[in-house]
Amino acid sequence: MESIKDKVAIVGMGCSKFGERWDAGLDDLAIEAAYEAYEDAGIDLSDIQACWFGTVTQPVTGIGATHAAGPLKLHSIPMTRVENWCATGHEALRNACFGVACGMYDIVLALGVEKLKDTGFPGLGTGRGMDPVLEARRTAPGAFALIATRYFYTYGLSPEEGKTTIGKIAVKNHYNGSLCPKAHFRNKITLEQVLNAPIIAWPLGLFDCCGNSDGAAAAILVPASQANKFRDDPVYIKGLGLAFDSLIPHTRPQFDWLTWDSLVNSSHQAYEQAGIRNPREELDIAVVHDCFSITELAIYENFGFSPRGKAKEDIDAGFFELSGGLPVNTDGGLKCFGHPIGASGLRMTYEVYKQIQGKAQLPERQLKEVKLGLSHTFGGPPQVSAVAILGARLG
Amino acid sequence: MAGIFSYGVYIPLWRLSRDTIAAAWGRHSFGGERSVANHDEDTVTMAVEAVFDCLVGTDRDSVDGLYFASTTEPFQEKQCSALVAAASDLKSESITADHSNSLRAGTIALRAALDAVNSGSAQSIVVTASDCRLAYPRSDYEQSFGDAAVAVLVSNLGKPIVTVEASYSISNEMYDVWRLDKDIYVQSWEDRFIIEHGYTENTYKAISGLMKKQNLSAEAISKVVLYASSVRAQQQLARRLGFDPKTQLQDLLIGNLGICGCAHALLMLVAALEEAKTGDRLLLASYGDGSDAFLLQVTGEVDKIKQGRRGVKGSLASKKSLPSYERYLSYRGLLEPQPGEPFRLFPSASVSWRERNSSIRLHGSKCKSCGLITFPIQRVCYKCQAKDNYEEVRLSDKKGRVFTFSLDNLAGRGDDPVIPQIIVESELENARIYSMMTDCDTSEVKIGMPVEMTFRRIYEGAGMYNYFWKCRPLR
Repeated sequence: MESIKDKVAIVGMGCSKFGERWDAGLDDLAIEAAYEAYEDAGIDLSDIQACWFGTVTQPVTGIGATHAAGPLKLHSIPMTRVENWCATGHEALRNACFGVACGMYDIVLALGVEKLKDTGFPGLGTGRGMDPVLEARRTAPGAFALIATRYFYTYGLSPEEGKTTIGKIAVKNHYNGSLCPKAHFRNKITLEQVLNAPIIAWPLGLFDCCGNSDGAAAAILVPASQANKFRDDPVYIKGLGLAFDSLIPHTRPQFDWLTWDSLVNSSHQAYEQAGIRNPREELDIAVVHDCFSITELAIYENFGFSPRGKAKEDIDAGFFELSGGLPVNTDGGLKCFGHPIGASGLRMTYEVYKQIQGKAQLPERQLKEVKLGLSHTFGGPPQVSAVAILGARLG
Repeated sequence: MAGIFSYGVYIPLWRLSRDTIAAAWGRHSFGGERSVANHDEDTVTMAVEAVFDCLVGTDRDSVDGLYFASTTEPFQEKQCSALVAAASDLKSESITADHSNSLRAGTIALRAALDAVNSGSAQSIVVTASDCRLAYPRSDYEQSFGDAAVAVLVSNLGKPIVTVEASYSISNEMYDVWRLDKDIYVQSWEDRFIIEHGYTENTYKAISGLMKKQNLSAEAISKVVLYASSVRAQQQLARRLGFDPKTQLQDLLIGNLGICGCAHALLMLVAALEEAKTGDRLLLASYGDGSDAFLLQVTGEVDKIKQGRRGVKGSLASKKSLPSYERYLSYRGLLEPQPGEPFRLFPSASVSWRERNSSIRLHGSKCKSCGLITFPIQRVCYKCQAKDNYEEVRLSDKKGRVFTFSLDNLAGRGDDPVIPQIIVESELENARIYSMMTDCDTSEVKIGMPVEMTFRRIYEGAGMYNYFWKCRPLR
């Protein structure tokens, strides 16, 4: 089995303003992200040879890839719609990478778009899952809150200690989001606000939950060997991981709710391809799936950023803050940048790409010397995890 | 000879104080409280509970059939007994029948079961009666009705707890209490007419007919289990028949339960059996479009089944108060609160049918290669990957513990917005079941909390009621 490392480069990316985009439809969001990416890569739409398009919420967007092909006028090229829960944006990126790596195409568009705010209700709704009986009355916060309860119990954290620990993640991400012009939420918050917020799904409160946003993000991929024809600072794909758990991990025998197979396996696949042995030391940035504050904590421990049971120590020490040893969710994460499902994987990759290039919007949030970064999405009940590792240089 | 071998009872956890009902309308309160089925309960789910209570210690495969009686069945066309039998995990080679329309349906079903066993067409039949009748808001009946289910096992295999000595029936045509095919609420004629020419006249005929046939005097009866719609009507009739209301009359259970439709006479019988001694002679009489009277004799077996089941006593003791009258109206669908989050799944008849053993019978799979038990049924084993090499195991009658939980404020109904999502670890090999918790105080949910499984109506959609199992704190 070959590695994807250094076979494909990203030479252009775009990301729409995220938020409650009452003014913009799926078509407008797609155009906003795609045209920024074209401009960034110095190409126009006639250069695109193939497109992988990710979106999830079928009731609004219809089926197939037509809702992106139409507005973008990508009529004469192959276009594939992909969907893999919250990993959909990464799935568009992965498949586009493979289209380039196999030599079939030289310039490919990976696009992720989600228009959530046309449904008339604030959340994602209930019963989105797989089974009309077993999945009844499940919401995303309710499903992820199960992780928090068990984590607090296992490590002997009182509800107050547990909520304080994950609350600090929300405070961090709000601070980061406040510095990010394209983010949905740009307000700083205090720990006190987090702890006093209304409960959404105990033990998670309002500020433990990410935004329900509209948005789109896009990437232009080319063979690594041709990347310098497009720009001086291309960003290289170093590793791509994707792994599943059982259909509903909830019923998997002996599952401890701490070690998530999909998280562990997807990160290991990507680390191995990228040649990473110690992610905590080697990564300069990680933009991960903080759909809920507890999810980010679980990721720290399943990705090897923190030892098992020790995430609290790193959180308390500020290890994942902008100035810390491994800054995580530097753009505010799903929490503040927002979570238009199909766009998120590409939005996260956009942040890593910009940070590697030293081109983060607003200088105060630009990290120093970013050479290696990770983006990640985690979705389903949850069950599917996707990881992309990007690097500044070949080799 | 067919006899009664076991009994089981289900009274919903929730009680509504009659003072609360009365206060809502500025009316006189009858005092006490009535039982109220939760919003996820109906006569089918309550019957399943009663059957489980009844079949404690009985091999399911020894049961040949199930008769379901109700005046408030959830289906006009579709058999409830087949659904109750499946959820109770009875064998598919079962005789099932629904008995409906009459407040006497419970004892009619009992008689049919006795006849089936005595005729030799079956050896063992569970009879369950379940009712959840709607009274007009503000009416007297709204205070006096209750919701409950009962089950008795009729059999000739071994020694019964009760032998049936004789019976006598009267049929009577009149409008006393009724519902047309389009009615939601119980209608009735003037109370004095109902009592005098309906209840008293017919029940008197049945009981006196039975006693004459058996050549019995009133003193020969240890306890009269006499159905009535009010204590006054019951006592008047008892006196007219020569019984002493103070010593011979079984309590009507109206004070802290309410009159539970066609289940009520059998509920009173269970309450009588809980106090009965060997050799007691009981007279059971129901009323509704006539009257059924039975002469019963209690055997020495009765003490053996008093343990290990909830019965009337245990069910009445296990309760929580419904916080408001509005909540009652909303649970019964008489008041529509603001809708909760939109619900995106709809039942599918074919999915429900394919998954019936997991979702209705709550079967898991036990791998024949490595022994791992999983729910729902898995064709490929999680542990050893053996394919299609499993046997089904019942998880519905196993207790469990909360492994982890969340209290979801978005998933619920407008009137009950918090849904406890629970990962249950079953006492059977730690199998995991993902379910909602019902009948609980959400602030009491904890990891390690003991739970039991309960069959509930999950939601309505696509013109169907979707049933599945939830968990609840032990009752």
